[in-house]
Amino acid sequence: METLLEIKNVTKSFEDKQVHQGVTFNLYKGETIGLLGNSGTGKSVLLRSLIGLEEIDSGEIYYRKQRIDNLSEEELFKIRTKVSYSFQSGALFDSASVFENVAYPLFEHTQLKESEVETRVMEILNLVNMAESRDLMPPDLSGGMQKRVGLARSMALNPEVLLYDEPTAGLDPLNVDLVLDIMNQFKKRGFSGIFVTHDIPAAKKICDRLLILRDGKIYFEGTIEQFETSDDIFIKNFSSSL
Amino acid sequence: MIAQKIKKNLQITGEITELFLAFVRCTFSKPFYLGRLYEQIIHLGIGSISITLVIGIVTGMVMTLQFGYGLEKFGGTLYVPAIVSLSLLRELAPLFTSLLVAGRIGSGISAEIGAMNVTQQIDAIRALGTSPVRVLVVPRVLAAVISLPLLGTLAGFMGIVGGLLIANSEFSMPAGFYINKVLTTIKFMDVFGLMIKCAFFGLVISLLACYRGFLTTDGTKGVGNATIWVVVTTSTIILISDFFLSKILLLLFG
Repeated sequence: METLLEIKNVTKSFEDKQVHQGVTFNLYKGETIGLLGNSGTGKSVLLRSLIGLEEIDSGEIYYRKQRIDNLSEEELFKIRTKVSYSFQSGALFDSASVFENVAYPLFEHTQLKESEVETRVMEILNLVNMAESRDLMPPDLSGGMQKRVGLARSMALNPEVLLYDEPTAGLDPLNVDLVLDIMNQFKKRGFSGIFVTHDIPAAKKICDRLLILRDGKIYFEGTIEQFETSDDIFIKNFSSSL
Repeated sequence: MIAQKIKKNLQITGEITELFLAFVRCTFSKPFYLGRLYEQIIHLGIGSISITLVIGIVTGMVMTLQFGYGLEKFGGTLYVPAIVSLSLLRELAPLFTSLLVAGRIGSGISAEIGAMNVTQQIDAIRALGTSPVRVLVVPRVLAAVISLPLLGTLAGFMGIVGGLLIANSEFSMPAGFYINKVLTTIKFMDVFGLMIKCAFFGLVISLLACYRGFLTTDGTKGVGNATIWVVVTTSTIILISDFFLSKILLLLFG
């Protein structure tokens, strides 16, 4: 299997709090892995570290064999077009319409003509069921709609890897299903992904493997089946508590 | 305690210097965001015209009134046009305009960028492979550096017009005499000095506002604190640096 991301012995601390104490795992081409753990275990921090939004203290991160944790901010720009990040809140630009939000990365990184950008944006907005809202501004959208637009924006450049930071958190069941459906469609298109979530049923629907972060390290790494049949007391408690 | 404060202030100075260097790098390298610059000039510059007109004309009127009655006792009313025009162009127009703009656009920039920061929009700009300095800082700082000298000049000339109205109505000074006195008193270097001062103040206001916006945390409370910090800090810097700039300009141009 082709390795897209390699995370080796990553450590990270905030002042006197050690968040990661040697996190190691790989992401392979075509797979989606679920990153789970109790609140405050540093799942989102780890996800942010993967594209340099958060600086790590030590360890190594590779994207397609290229070490990226020591790159400058400018050098990381190119990596971020290949490894895209979808924020928990959507993080849409609130002074720009839905269309402009999704078009932003296309105008920044491609030489497409305006008509081509429009075609591409509408294609993506159709995929996330947001085509009719193209002219709305983010404050006019519900939380679920904002997350869907955020997902659309993060896939606009056809990245290889999508990092999802709790895309289903705070959504009603209908919107959770919509978001999971979108993620499934991304997966079918060949995107790889890391899905940070507390939602085990959602992770089971999408993910090929699960990782559980505990005490700053990967405590469990395995398939859904291995997770469900694990005899480990913590895994059993964790699974039932969520 | 004092050592910690010194260390903190040195750290802030270092970070602002770093932001300034990033601004310079991004200003002189592609891609350029001319559309965003135009938007900001409209927003920051054109949006400040009406209040600048008021500040300029009222300052000129008040100064003429005070100097007129003050000098009348000594028969020095004829010196009013020269005094008013020089004071306005060299000091009051750049100072008042900059203090006003520090309140209006400084707080606006820090609140806007601060709100973007707390809602992760700045992170989104970075995550989409673009530079927040290039996208947000460069257009705002350039717009302030371009707009403020023009606003300052406008305020200065409106002040002279305000002075003319009062000199004519209160002291029966003929308009031709007033205008002639002003034109023989002011030199190109007075206007040039005004523009230099305003450009520097524009740089200080917008750069510090962007800097503080990027540091904003703690939600809406943090946004409020950021705007207060920007207005207080930039106003203080403007007042202090005005003295040194005036001294330098006097040494250079007399």
